This record gives sequence, structure tokens and C-alpha cells, in this order.
Amino acid sequence: MTALGPYASFIVTSYAVVAAVVLILIFWIAIDYRRQKGRLRELEASGMVRRSGRSAVDMS
Amino acid sequence: MTLIDLANPTKFLSLTARILPPLAALTAILLLIGLYQSATAPDDYQQGATVKIMFIHVPNAWLSMFVWGVMSVAALGTLVWRHPLADVAAKAAAPIGAAFTFLALVTGSLWGRPMWGTYWEWDARLTSVLILFLMYLGLIALWRAVDDPSRAGRAAAILTLVGAVNIPIIKFSVDWWNTLHQPASVLRMGGPSMDRAYLIPLLVMAVAFSLLFVTMHLAAMRNEILRRRVRALQMMQASGQPA
Repeated sequence: MTALGPYASFIVTSYAVVAAVVLILIFWIAIDYRRQKGRLRELEASGMVRRSGRSAVDMS
Repeated sequence: MTLIDLANPTKFLSLTARILPPLAALTAILLLIGLYQSATAPDDYQQGATVKIMFIHVPNAWLSMFVWGVMSVAALGTLVWRHPLADVAAKAAAPIGAAFTFLALVTGSLWGRPMWGTYWEWDARLTSVLILFLMYLGLIALWRAVDDPSRAGRAAAILTLVGAVNIPIIKFSVDWWNTLHQPASVLRMGGPSMDRAYLIPLLVMAVAFSLLFVTMHLAAMRNEILRRRVRALQMMQASGQPA
């Protein structure tokens, strides 16, 4: 901290806030992906299929 | 795969499945390089070590405007060309743009307190960026308030294009009005006025954050396509229609 001078707390807080918000965004996107795929699997398991007949979770 | 193929959501999903892993890896590598260069950059003769805040503040500030630009192009795609992925792209970009704008405001405040003696000043640059943040929140609220994605997409596209007026105001606010904020020192006539010791880490961080946006945006677009498939199947289920 001393190497960062008298305003170390401002510098460290800035980097910590950026890291926290970016990590929250990444986790939010990852959790949303799992949730949507889970819902699609449930719907397909209940017999609902797309008009094309292809699996809704098919990414290929 | 041609550009026109990307109008097909299924082909877009196929593309993202292939390019997201290497893109995420490249983003992580560039971020690590940028963070190392930021940590080892020399102290500024006036600002001391607080100059390190610039390496995260400026990329977030640039992206706050760039993301609105991406949303404006997507808005044209929705209203003019009726591209099937245009409002998906705009909706997926809004929360990411809001986050970058929030980070630009917070890191700017934390840089301003030791350098200007205040966290906040109601001058043109700071106020116009705050307005940008509020517009992002307004767009997110609009998408959440309207059930039908295509109706919400059209309304949001109009609001996005109206809000685009704010982008040149933010960019040129430091030239048009008196402000505590320093004028442009990288994107300016005559080239950057910054020393290479700061310019190179700043550009590496800017590219890294831009790649971070592209990665998160593609992933969020993929999620939005899946969300619309869920909605379509749920509506078919609710109406009792056969598949």
C-alpha cells in the first residue's frame, strides 16, 4: 500500500470495484445461460418441440 | 458462413459456441498483460500513483459511449432493416453498457477526490455521463415493462436513437464548456499527448475491455435467443397448440 502513496485507498478501491462489477456481470450471464437451457430442457421433456423439430438447446 | 447467415439465430448460436471459448481466453490474457503494465507503470510527476486509476477509468468511459453506439446501430437494424437479431443485440448490450457507465462514474469519482478535491461536480462531462447511465437504466426498465419482445424492441430502438444525441455532447463537453475534467489526450487532432509509458498500458487495457465487452455481449445475445425460445414454447404450451 505504501508504494501506492497517500492515495492508495482510492486506487485499490477503484480496481476492486471494477473487478467486482465485471465478475458479477460474468456470473450473471453464466447463471442466466444455465437457467434458460434448464427451462428449455424442461419444456422439451414435457413434449414441447419447436416447429422445425430441432432441439431448442441444440447449438450446432 | 457469410454475414447474412448470422441473421439466422440458430447459425448465430452455432458461431458463438465456437468462438466464445477462444475469445474469452484471449480477453483474459490481454487483461492480465494490461493489469501487469498498469501496476508497473511509473508514477506521474503531478498525480503520483493515482494515474493508475486512468487505466481502468478511461476504457470504461470509452465503452460507456461505444456500447450506446452499438445499440444505436442495432436500433437502425430493428427499425429500418428489421434484422431478426437487432433488438436481441440491443437488449443484450444495455446492462453491460450500464455497468461500464457505472464503473466510469465510480472510478472517475475516486480519481477526482484526490486530484480535484471533490468526488462530484455538476459540470458538463460528469452530468452528461450521469444522464447516459440513467438512459441505460430507462432502456432496461422499458424492456422489462413490455411483455412482447418485438414491441419492446421497437420502442427501445426509438429511445436509443433519441438518446444517441447525448454521445457527441459527452465527447465534446470538455471543449464546449468549462469543466474540471481534462480535455481529450488520446483521441485528438495531432495525435495522443500522453507519454508512451502511460499510452501503451492504456491502449492494451482499452483493447482488453473492448474484447471483454464483445465476449459478454455475444454470450448475453445467446442467452436472449434462448429466452425467446423458452417464451415461444411456453406460449405454445399455454395455448395448447400441438407442436
